[in-house]
Amino acid sequence: MAQIFPKWTNQVPRKILIGLIVVLNALVFGVWYFFSPEYTDVGYAPEQPVPYSHKLHVDQLGLDCQYCHTSVTESKQANIPATQTCMNCHNQIKTDSENLALVRESWETGKSIEWIRVHNLADYAYFNHSAHVSVGVGCESCHGRVDKMEVVYQAEPLSMSWCLDCHREPEKYIRPVDEVTTMGYKVENQLELGRALVDKQNIHAPTYCQGCHY
Amino acid sequence: MSKYQYVPEPALVKGDHDFASLTRLVTDINLRPTPKAWYLCMIGANALLMVMVVAIGYLIWEGTGIWGLNNPVGWGWAIINFVWWVGIGHAGTLISAILFLFRQDWRTAINRFAEAMTIFAVMCAGIFPAIHVGRIWAIYWVFPIPNQMAMWPNFNSPLLWDVFAVSTYFTVSLLFWYVGLVPDLATIRDRATDKIRKVTYGIFALGWTGSNRHWWNYEKAYMILAGLATPLVLSVHTIVSFDFAVSMIPGWHTTIFPPYFVAGAIFSGFAMVLTLMIVARKIYGMKDIMTDNHMEKMNIVILVTGSMVGFAYMMEFFIAWYSGVEYEKAIFMLRATGPYAWAYWAMMTCNVLSPQFFWFKKLRRSVGFTFFISIVVNIGMWFERFVITVTSLANDYLPSSWDYYSPTIWDVLTYVGTFGLFFTMFLLFLRFLPMVALAEIKAVIPQADPHNYDEETGEFHKPKVEVPKPQSEKV
Repeated sequence: MAQIFPKWTNQVPRKILIGLIVVLNALVFGVWYFFSPEYTDVGYAPEQPVPYSHKLHVDQLGLDCQYCHTSVTESKQANIPATQTCMNCHNQIKTDSENLALVRESWETGKSIEWIRVHNLADYAYFNHSAHVSVGVGCESCHGRVDKMEVVYQAEPLSMSWCLDCHREPEKYIRPVDEVTTMGYKVENQLELGRALVDKQNIHAPTYCQGCHY
Repeated sequence: MSKYQYVPEPALVKGDHDFASLTRLVTDINLRPTPKAWYLCMIGANALLMVMVVAIGYLIWEGTGIWGLNNPVGWGWAIINFVWWVGIGHAGTLISAILFLFRQDWRTAINRFAEAMTIFAVMCAGIFPAIHVGRIWAIYWVFPIPNQMAMWPNFNSPLLWDVFAVSTYFTVSLLFWYVGLVPDLATIRDRATDKIRKVTYGIFALGWTGSNRHWWNYEKAYMILAGLATPLVLSVHTIVSFDFAVSMIPGWHTTIFPPYFVAGAIFSGFAMVLTLMIVARKIYGMKDIMTDNHMEKMNIVILVTGSMVGFAYMMEFFIAWYSGVEYEKAIFMLRATGPYAWAYWAMMTCNVLSPQFFWFKKLRRSVGFTFFISIVVNIGMWFERFVITVTSLANDYLPSSWDYYSPTIWDVLTYVGTFGLFFTMFLLFLRFLPMVALAEIKAVIPQADPHNYDEETGEFHKPKVEVPKPQSEKV
């Protein structure tokens, strides 16, 4: 009987099997790595309508976060400041700046500046700024060193596992409430202090589904 | 002469078949041009399959709200159909693995057929757990895949065990089926005259030449897979029953569930094999291979497992009373007399009463009657799952939350549609694969054991075949 297949086909099943194992593993690794917010979202730095520099205002001029983001201790949202807040100073200084044209226009017309949101949580995850800020989760813990950012970018993945890192072990990250807006906060005895703070603030960070999804 | 006499088993293959005629009988079906009737059946099956696709498409679009689920009854037809299809799938592995290990040679006539049915039934079953989650795009959460959510399957949950049990079962069944197919695929490859068939069957025959070495490997692989599949026959439906039994709903939380589910599964699986076998053997002229003796043996299995199921139903009632648990008692009284009493008594009639007819040999060997009962049994087994799932949920601890469950048209269409998938797959199987394990059945015909040489003198005789007489009616 004539051969149907050439000789090289003898190796095909083995190659397919090995290839399949490689491909499946690559697939799982690929989804795990490339589909994670750590890969897709970290570093997102949209160009804002007004080239506001946190580095200039916070690092050099020493503004506190809460000078502009006033609602963080009371509200679910950390507000973007109204044009009024900008104009507190900018009706005095840099009044002719090209960069501030949009701010002045907004001030005259009463129409808000359309800032582009950088940190965006999914709608199905409930997040409350006041709940975190008022028990001592520092701004920089989630937003990174904003004082070093010329343009604000997303410094942390904001993924569920990233949330859980802290919810499971808050003592590793918690700080005294009056240090919340400090940038570059560091203490020697973080764990010791953290445990004391967790006890003091009576922190029970939820790790069950309904803690955030409801 | 001892009191007991050796009575030979009746011949497993009827008619005067030799190796060549068996090969022709089985593989001509795959090699001849496709009959018109097959196309007609395929159109019907495909139409049903489309019904399923539409029903599932609408479900994904609109959500599980299109089903008849209500507040206390969060598990409706989806879980019923899942358990029903998985149960049907049990016959294949029982026939192929357990009966193989027990050297029940009669299995060779129906094992290919039953295993195919198993695989297609498990495919139908697998659809329901996948779609019933509502957000089907999140179904990969049931698998332990590393992800950014730090989500890991809950290994305390029987629903997760179920995912592994059913997928393992499917994989092993598929491998078992395929290993058995290899020599027969080679037979078709060798008989095929056109290039396309030669190549296609050739690829799947894996270069089988029938050498001694090939057979040695084959036998070992088959034996190992049979050994692996045997515990699965018991484990899969045990774990399916855990979906219910591990919870604390009255009527579900009972230790009798695992054996009772396994018995029920084999019961319904054999009934489904019979339904299909009776039709297929008539259409394809396989009465010589799938004989009335096979049918009778399967009917005995149905009688035994049906009685086991009946015993379990009574035991549930007994324990409900004997345990003294108020809620358990209440739920069983409600099953028999409450709003779903119609379903309960349908189940009792179909599952407990109907197989009892098989005490009579005449009825066991009656083709028409067996066909009828095989369908009745599967209706009954569907009602069993309906009764278990719905009655316990509809009337649980808190009477103020009781509600009556009824399905919507989408529940019905999805269920009916799965038959489309099942029959589409089955028709493809009948058309393109040998429906009888040819290599195995050749080994059980008398010609396979010819005794050509005289035991004392070593002289060569011409092959002389003695076909044993059928077993006498009295034994």
